[in-house]
Amino acid sequence: MKPAPFDWHVPDSLDAALALKAALGEEARFIAGGQSLIPAMNFRMAQPAALIDLSRLPALAGITTEPDGGLTIGAMTRHRTVEHHPHPLLSEAMAEVAHPQIRARGTLGGNLAHADPASEMPAVMLALDASFDLRRAGGTRRLPAADFFLAPLTTALEPDEMLAAIRIPPLPPGTGTAFLELARRQGDYAMMGVAVVLTRAADRVASARLAFLSAGPTPMLAPRAAAALVGAGPDAFADAAETAAQEIDPMGSVQASIPYQRHLARVLARRALALAWGRAA
Amino acid sequence: MSSFGKPLTRNEDPRLLRGEALFVDDVTPAGLLHAAFLRSPHAHAHIRAVDVAAARARPGVQAVILAEDLGTYWQPGPLLVPPPPIPGIIFNQRCQVPLARGIVRHVGEPIAMVVADSRYIAEDAVGDIDVTYETLDAVGDLEAALEPGSPLVHADLGTNLAAEARQARGDYAAARARAYHIIRRRFAYDRGASIPMETRGVVAEWDRRADRLTIWDTTQAPVVIRNGLAAMLGLSERQVRVVAPNIGGGFGPKMMMFYPEEVLVPWAAMRLGRPVKWIEDRLEHFTATTHERLQIHEAEMALDAEGRILGVRDEFLHDTGAYDPYGLTVPINSQCTLLGCYHVPAYDSRFRAVFTNRTLVTPYRGAGRQHGVFVMERLLDAAARELGLDRVEIRRRNLIPPDAFPYDQGIIYQDFTRLSYDSGNYAPILEKARAAIGYDEFLAEEQPAARAAGRALGLGIVCYVEGTGIGPYEGARVQVQSSGRVSLATGIGSQGQGHGTAFAQIVAEQLGVDARMVDVVTGDTDQFQWGVGTFASRGAVVAGSATHEAALAVRAKILKTAADHFECAEADLVLADGAVHIDGVPERRITLGALAGLANPMRGAVAPGTEPGLEATRYFGPASGATAAGVHAMIIEVDAETMRPTIRRYVVVHDCGTVINPLILAGQIQGGVAQGIGNAFFEKLAWDDQGQLLNATLADYLIPTALDVPRMELDHTVTPSPLNPLGVKGAGEAGAIPVGALFAQALEDALDLPARGVEINEMPLSPCRLWEIASGG
Amino acid sequence: MITVRLTVNGQPRTATVEPRRLLSDLLRHDLGLTGTHVGCEHGVCGACTILWDGQAVRSCLALAGQAEGAAITTVEGLSPADGSLSVLQQAFRDAHALQCGYCTPGMLATLTEFLAETPDPTEDQLRHALSGNLCRCTGYQHIVDAALLAAKRLREARP
Repeated sequence: MKPAPFDWHVPDSLDAALALKAALGEEARFIAGGQSLIPAMNFRMAQPAALIDLSRLPALAGITTEPDGGLTIGAMTRHRTVEHHPHPLLSEAMAEVAHPQIRARGTLGGNLAHADPASEMPAVMLALDASFDLRRAGGTRRLPAADFFLAPLTTALEPDEMLAAIRIPPLPPGTGTAFLELARRQGDYAMMGVAVVLTRAADRVASARLAFLSAGPTPMLAPRAAAALVGAGPDAFADAAETAAQEIDPMGSVQASIPYQRHLARVLARRALALAWGRAA
Repeated sequence: MSSFGKPLTRNEDPRLLRGEALFVDDVTPAGLLHAAFLRSPHAHAHIRAVDVAAARARPGVQAVILAEDLGTYWQPGPLLVPPPPIPGIIFNQRCQVPLARGIVRHVGEPIAMVVADSRYIAEDAVGDIDVTYETLDAVGDLEAALEPGSPLVHADLGTNLAAEARQARGDYAAARARAYHIIRRRFAYDRGASIPMETRGVVAEWDRRADRLTIWDTTQAPVVIRNGLAAMLGLSERQVRVVAPNIGGGFGPKMMMFYPEEVLVPWAAMRLGRPVKWIEDRLEHFTATTHERLQIHEAEMALDAEGRILGVRDEFLHDTGAYDPYGLTVPINSQCTLLGCYHVPAYDSRFRAVFTNRTLVTPYRGAGRQHGVFVMERLLDAAARELGLDRVEIRRRNLIPPDAFPYDQGIIYQDFTRLSYDSGNYAPILEKARAAIGYDEFLAEEQPAARAAGRALGLGIVCYVEGTGIGPYEGARVQVQSSGRVSLATGIGSQGQGHGTAFAQIVAEQLGVDARMVDVVTGDTDQFQWGVGTFASRGAVVAGSATHEAALAVRAKILKTAADHFECAEADLVLADGAVHIDGVPERRITLGALAGLANPMRGAVAPGTEPGLEATRYFGPASGATAAGVHAMIIEVDAETMRPTIRRYVVVHDCGTVINPLILAGQIQGGVAQGIGNAFFEKLAWDDQGQLLNATLADYLIPTALDVPRMELDHTVTPSPLNPLGVKGAGEAGAIPVGALFAQALEDALDLPARGVEINEMPLSPCRLWEIASGG
Repeated sequence: MITVRLTVNGQPRTATVEPRRLLSDLLRHDLGLTGTHVGCEHGVCGACTILWDGQAVRSCLALAGQAEGAAITTVEGLSPADGSLSVLQQAFRDAHALQCGYCTPGMLATLTEFLAETPDPTEDQLRHALSGNLCRCTGYQHIVDAALLAAKRLREARP
């Protein structure tokens, strides 16, 4: 299973990379860690005419803590680096992404730009209400994560744009997070997964976000379930989980039927809400 | 000093661990070309046109070969296993072809072969080939395939029936008529793929000046491949050398012979005058290498009031795939292994093998035994429940007693002999397993406590037999070298079973040498050119016995030569530590190496009839197979919401007769159980209704990882086989055979399904499927 | 064609290959280091695992050009130059942790990194660490035993 031929470009600056992409158009693709792109190329399901290697651009990697406590993560930051960061939801979810050998090379930006609806990090970005810096030769625009994922393997990136950085807002005081997924084997794409960010005020939910993976053509937020939780306590979790299970749009797979996926969504959401609640200070 | 029976670490390991061992893809002769195949994307289609012009014109492409280019070389493969001599048997032979001509019958069937300067370019050229297909409806469902009006896999046959065979003994109708209770069930067991870590591969090099063809092949049957390819290519056997070097896992599908690629790569090498290599990639492997497993059984058991089996009747359908070159080995194994450890006075079993538009089915670890065990063990579980008997007790009551051996089962087995269990003692195996898993405590305390706490905890315990060590024969040549090292060559191949150590231990036992001094060569037809292959758990039994006989003969020569040398009686000699000395006179000693030199004089005369050297070749062919047996037991917990199971304990008690190396045996059992767990709970080939395989990647076809296979507790009993000098029985497939039945029983128990009127009578399972079954779906 | 310069097993190596050459093929066929094996070419089986700047990485999921300047260690580099076995390799032998040996080089690479990071692992941690390396022969039990044995021997050898 060998890839089809392509031209190999190694730009030495971000501007050069963006200029190349603009010039070569849609037949060229950026390559970050390659952990999603290369298997697709080995299967010849992707056959780009040119690859633009981003690995020699250190400015694109790294995690910076902003003055407001939020994070800016460079798109070329390797999964392993994110996994070891103290952010509770990023690290907990990242431990479920494939295996350490993949996480050594794979990057957060690459994973998000690949936009597999079964991937963990896109759902985590929705749960965190993250936003993305999309750069082109002419400038940068910032897009909320919820507007970035359009369809399976399809994002809002224009042909001449690169996902350059990910901005994670700070977690408010009294926030607990949880990530749960059920895969057939450790590291497999999950049959269902959920990321929960829950902020508590005394013994009531002040706000919540639930985002699911393997639950539709893109990562899926469950806004009705989240709204139903505001002002409620743990006795509302089961109903909220049921609401969430009905809000999502799972597509079924070889491993899981649609009814079973909804069943898992209900179970995992309930369990994740309880976990996040317990972790909220 | 002797290491026989000891857990000796392996001779093979240092080279494997250092990455120095040769596998087929490591072979790179000068001038090597690389092959890739265009394979059918359709399960069933006419080929209306094939345009290879662009492919042939691509730079770096040396040849693009179609069926029409093969001339008289194009012919259907040989029938490897003829139908057994069962009265009234129907068998329709249809074998695979090297390249499809006019029609394709399964996804993955090869249509064109590209040979190029690199595999990369060869794959590019495959993409250049343009084929016009007229698709046809694909046959997949076994029952629909036999209905009138079904599309036909082989139109000229007029039916999708590949074979029909019935074996019966005793009077089942009478048994049924007087039965106290009848159990009747339908069982479905689905396909699996062997997925060795190394895919298949062939390298062929034709040396025109030496007039010799060398083939490196991931085959489990190098001698048969050598003989067949020589004949096909118009060469003498002595002109062809087949080497099966280190093989990264065999498990059965590498015992299928004369695969299209195996037949074409040597032909291409001779035609092009350059060596050619083909290494199967993983995507190809899913459809180009054989599968096993799909059967549907309608089975019935008649019992008396004490739960004793009066008879069993079984009707089943067996999926043979698009062609049936391997004959009926798998369904015959199912038919025979169903009888298990039990006394079954009346038996009536009929199967129909069915052609489908799917990859061929040939033996894969267990080779049909799984199905027989599943049917029998599930029937017994249902019977126990309906009769109010304990499931261990009903088994115990039906076990063949230890004084009944050899036990004639009265039907024909896969080796074409009348099935007879040579030896066995089953009750102690069951009792050991029962005690080891803590059966009584589990039922009395552990399970009730778990249930009270809302936990789904269950236990499974099942019995099985494994027919092993069948003929026809194998051979071995043992030779003491002048260096003092001993060489052993045998015709079978090795795929990780540790032959290089176990056979060395057999030789070392007889020759008084350290097993580390024995160099074992397997799988090289230049070193040993007679044999059949590594399959059906027969390596240790048959090749091991031949090794033993050859070593005995060399021992006799050593003693005679030394007695002549010392001018003493043979009875006065001691053979130990790589030398011979006179008992009580240690200074009168000669090393085996020196003795080998004496036995091969360069001058002088020898007595007429003398054979040079300290060497002997012996063959061993057992009259019939040796029957191993065992019991697996497991405690499993299920998350009742997600239906995800966790195995808490796993016990295997196995009887494979004399044990040569307990460390190697443990590895075989553990590896077999892992594949059994895969087939029971993880591995399902998902086809759509047009015969497309939906999960042809290792990300979607799930083999167990280190987190999915539990730590196992192994124990064994020993009933030596009277059929071979070592008393050994095979053990290669034992781990895999009963696991499906075990999972079904244990999961039913954990979720208390029968109390809800639900049973598990299918394989494989998964959390999703378990959820559906438990919900009544 | 591109020319790639990298360090393999401590030695500077150069290869001139197509950009699409997979690192696994570059190591095995262009540099002749056939100890690393290929099992799937889609990053799942782990047979091709090598060490890249000390981290276990799948060589089938890397293109030649990406390895420019990398320090790669293959199983040949994990093996003592005098022909003996390393502590980890010896533990594999002692515990019968290999049968066909095809997955073994990948296992060794993964464990080399893991045991350096986690010198006293539990069985569960080990099984997690090994879950990205598939083996079809052993059922994993002896591999876990070997890793625990190696970890113990490495700890004991530490000054």
